[in-house]
Amino acid sequence: MKFRIDIRRKEGLADPEGMTTHKALHNLGYTEVTAAHFGRTIYLEIEGTDAAAAAAEVETMCRQLLANPVIEDFEIGVVG
Amino acid sequence: MKVAVVVFPGTNCEYDVVHALGLIGMDAELVFHQETKLSGFDAVVLPGGFAHGDYLRTGAIARFPPVMGPVTAMAAAGAPVIGICNGFQVLCEAGLLPGALVANRDLSFICKPVHLRVESARSALTAAVAPGAVLRIPLNSYEGNYVATAETVGALEANGQVLLRYCDGSGAVSESANPNGSMGNIAGICNGAGNVAGLMPHPERAVEAVLGSTDGISLLQSIPMFAALVANPR
Repeated sequence: MKFRIDIRRKEGLADPEGMTTHKALHNLGYTEVTAAHFGRTIYLEIEGTDAAAAAAEVETMCRQLLANPVIEDFEIGVVG
Repeated sequence: MKVAVVVFPGTNCEYDVVHALGLIGMDAELVFHQETKLSGFDAVVLPGGFAHGDYLRTGAIARFPPVMGPVTAMAAAGAPVIGICNGFQVLCEAGLLPGALVANRDLSFICKPVHLRVESARSALTAAVAPGAVLRIPLNSYEGNYVATAETVGALEANGQVLLRYCDGSGAVSESANPNGSMGNIAGICNGAGNVAGLMPHPERAVEAVLGSTDGISLLQSIPMFAALVANPR
């Protein structure tokens, strides 16, 4: 099984990369862009056949290590 | 007082810290991250560097190795635990200090001396310094931008847990004196008890005239002074 985890900065917290990219797009004339947010994607390959159990475990991994709940939100998806 | 200076793979300021602590008469010893015990040590310093390559997030992986068990236990027991730069990031990731450090506002690696105003002397990092004092200490980081929820920052301010703020040479705190975008110009904080403290600038790089500043000495001297104050309250 393959899982995709999208990790993003929590809304309202500073995202310097997003702000700089947003500004650069504006400078290129794309003034309709109202915000840019950066994130990270992690793909995990996991042994086993119980998708629900694996998804629950991936969520635990996110809370324990992969995301920092102080500054980040995460979303888990199944690939393929 | 014997101080454990913890070394993770990628730590690179450990010898500077041992040297600086030695200058003020402290017995400092390197301890590898695989150690499971810290017996005989009275305090801990997590030095700067790039523990575990800063992979995933700065400090994210360094909070798990065996040595962090006894570090956490010493923190809970009231012993001084100080995180410098990457060590501060590790303490935040480990939940020993609130908040997090993210990329600098201008996305540049900052390597220069900065001015810091001492806000509170109630910690193992500031016990030997008078509030209001202005120190000049090198900053050396890409992810030094302190962020936390508004509630967390409010609680830190209300409880006197903000120890150091970026300021100008006269001690004035302003946006233009904020090198990295940190909320409230925060450069260093402590936990509720004051024994766990972290800061982004490097006091160990300001301990001899040849380094351009000796202002880091008083911060390092705060470690034994705080321990003595806890042992024998005034």
